[in-house]
Amino acid sequence: MSNEIIQGVVAPFDRDNIDTDQIIPTEYLKSIKKFGFGDYLFDGWRYLDKGFLGMTSSQRDINLDFILNQPPFEESQILLARDNFGCGSSREHAVWALRDFGFKAVIASSFGDIFYNNCFKNQILPVQLSKENINILFELTSQSSQSFTINLPSKELKVGSDLLLPFHIDDNLLNRIIHNLDDIDITMKDKASIEAFELNYSQKRPWLFK
Amino acid sequence: MITLYDKLWNEHLVHTYESKEALIYIDRHYLHEVTSPQAFEGLRHKQLSPWRLNANVATPDHNVPTIRGDSFTVEAIDDEVSKIQVMELDKNCNEFKILQFDIESKEQGIVHVIGPELGFTLPGMTIVCGDSHTSTHGAFGCLAMGIGTSEVEHVLATQCLRISKLKNMQVLFQGQPQDGVTSKDIALHLIKLIGTAGGTGHAIEFAGSYIDSASMESRMTICNMAIEAGAKVGLIAVDQITLDYVEDHSSMTAEGFDKAQNFWKTLHSDQNAVFEKKIIVDVGVLKPQVTWGTSPEMTIDFDGNIPNESDVHLDQVENLKLAKTYMGLENLKTLKDLSFDRVFIGSCTNSRIEDLRSAASAIKGRKVSAKITEAIVVPGSGLVKAQAEKEGLNKIFEDAGFLWRDPGCSMCLGMNPDQLKPYERCASTSNRNFEGRQGNLGRTHLMSPMMAALTAINGTISDPS
Repeated sequence: MSNEIIQGVVAPFDRDNIDTDQIIPTEYLKSIKKFGFGDYLFDGWRYLDKGFLGMTSSQRDINLDFILNQPPFEESQILLARDNFGCGSSREHAVWALRDFGFKAVIASSFGDIFYNNCFKNQILPVQLSKENINILFELTSQSSQSFTINLPSKELKVGSDLLLPFHIDDNLLNRIIHNLDDIDITMKDKASIEAFELNYSQKRPWLFK
Repeated sequence: MITLYDKLWNEHLVHTYESKEALIYIDRHYLHEVTSPQAFEGLRHKQLSPWRLNANVATPDHNVPTIRGDSFTVEAIDDEVSKIQVMELDKNCNEFKILQFDIESKEQGIVHVIGPELGFTLPGMTIVCGDSHTSTHGAFGCLAMGIGTSEVEHVLATQCLRISKLKNMQVLFQGQPQDGVTSKDIALHLIKLIGTAGGTGHAIEFAGSYIDSASMESRMTICNMAIEAGAKVGLIAVDQITLDYVEDHSSMTAEGFDKAQNFWKTLHSDQNAVFEKKIIVDVGVLKPQVTWGTSPEMTIDFDGNIPNESDVHLDQVENLKLAKTYMGLENLKTLKDLSFDRVFIGSCTNSRIEDLRSAASAIKGRKVSAKITEAIVVPGSGLVKAQAEKEGLNKIFEDAGFLWRDPGCSMCLGMNPDQLKPYERCASTSNRNFEGRQGNLGRTHLMSPMMAALTAINGTISDPS
């Protein structure tokens, strides 16, 4: 099944430098699983108490001032932020937590490099827009809650009936999300190239193969 | 006329795809307990085994307690969830036959400390690890970067990484620092200057007269912090200082070393190589740097003024207010009157022998302030610990009232029992002052080992001269 349209409520986070420690604190990195992180997304802002791996939202002291605890944002599918979203640690758990909460896309003016790469392995679309366009989107979302539509094949973000913002994204990476492709499966198609490279390289730099 | 980064990229290029992706061959893969279990599970699921076994080296570091003593075993970890994660690394390394320096090993330590000191990091390598501070190894003329867990699995399965090429940026550190100013101060100053996104999308090559004479330990500290400036790759050309370090630490034969060094000596940017961005910093005028806020770019001179709303761009006012509130700095002009509760000397940024020597030299014969609840020194590895003990540094720390611990990541991220309590203020030699990084609601001020040691003695931030 292809994944061509992302549509949903937008949660605006009017803040720069939201690092991966904020997206999911270290405590929850003790899990050895790849799923089940949704309840810990933005844990330090979302709850008033300190949580532990294994606790669920219903056992926690909820911070009602935090946007994701308010309607209609508990059902958000798109997150809007400013500069350098996902900076800091390489933890893919940050993307897993966004995915498990229900997010499908993050819109920001820039992203941490490692976070950006991790998104494509997990069906999360990172949309990069200019600061001017991000300002426009924050103005709109501050007036009333908004629902955006993102068309992946045409690389366009649609807001209401008259705002259409094109965005740039690498075609290969975009295809991974549209067709839910696995990186290892794709790379294994080039197995012979890797073997040939390795053979030549091991003769050229023998000390690396001791 | 190409850069060092370009040379390393070309050397390891297996395949270029349409659009911007490429397949890059990986020479060394470091693993630790936190970001690898799901990758091994993925291998099992796909019925794959590691492509080239001896590329991989593992050690547990993030979860390990730092009070262990000599006969500690994994079963003795109190936190059940942490114990499971460390045992999972044991299980995976045994099953897949990966070399591991486990929790009982004398060589165990922070992965970015043990890699170079055990000679697994060699010039010219591509190096990855599921940890953003992998940029550390760039100090050896390596293309080294942090990756996510899916990429850990991909590298295990294919020995390659699918990535796009970064842009080139050069940072020239010119001059020699004044007494009391270290590589950590220089790194923090750069991050203040260019911001935490200043290097995003770039590989930063560090050069200049300061770098030319800097030790490998100082170079590692600088490359380690490249990621805090947004650059997942930081790197430094190979020179005699690099070669001497590698000769001392690797187990290569003299003949093998000679052959390799002919290649290693070519690992520098060509003269007139083109960099998309260039920054020049005069390190001679710098003072010791301390972070005041919740991002490494929120850095000032140790005796400088904390920025006011009028000092920053309009769109930064909200960030400034949030950071000041979190750090408990409302109405404060400088950091000098702040009382500290804890001191942490350690982490992959500042836990090497040079760091411990520098901290010890600042406190010799003095005592930790009664205001400080706890001051800990966590050596980066078993070998660093042994070396420090041989030099008597542990005695200097312990006589002063510091706690001398066993190696691990410790309070850099508080995944083990070393955590701040809410609102505790910590002088820390680690790399991130994010909200809650060292413990829920804890307050982190990043600084050099010397400044952290002095903060322990005085209870406040003080003048190193």
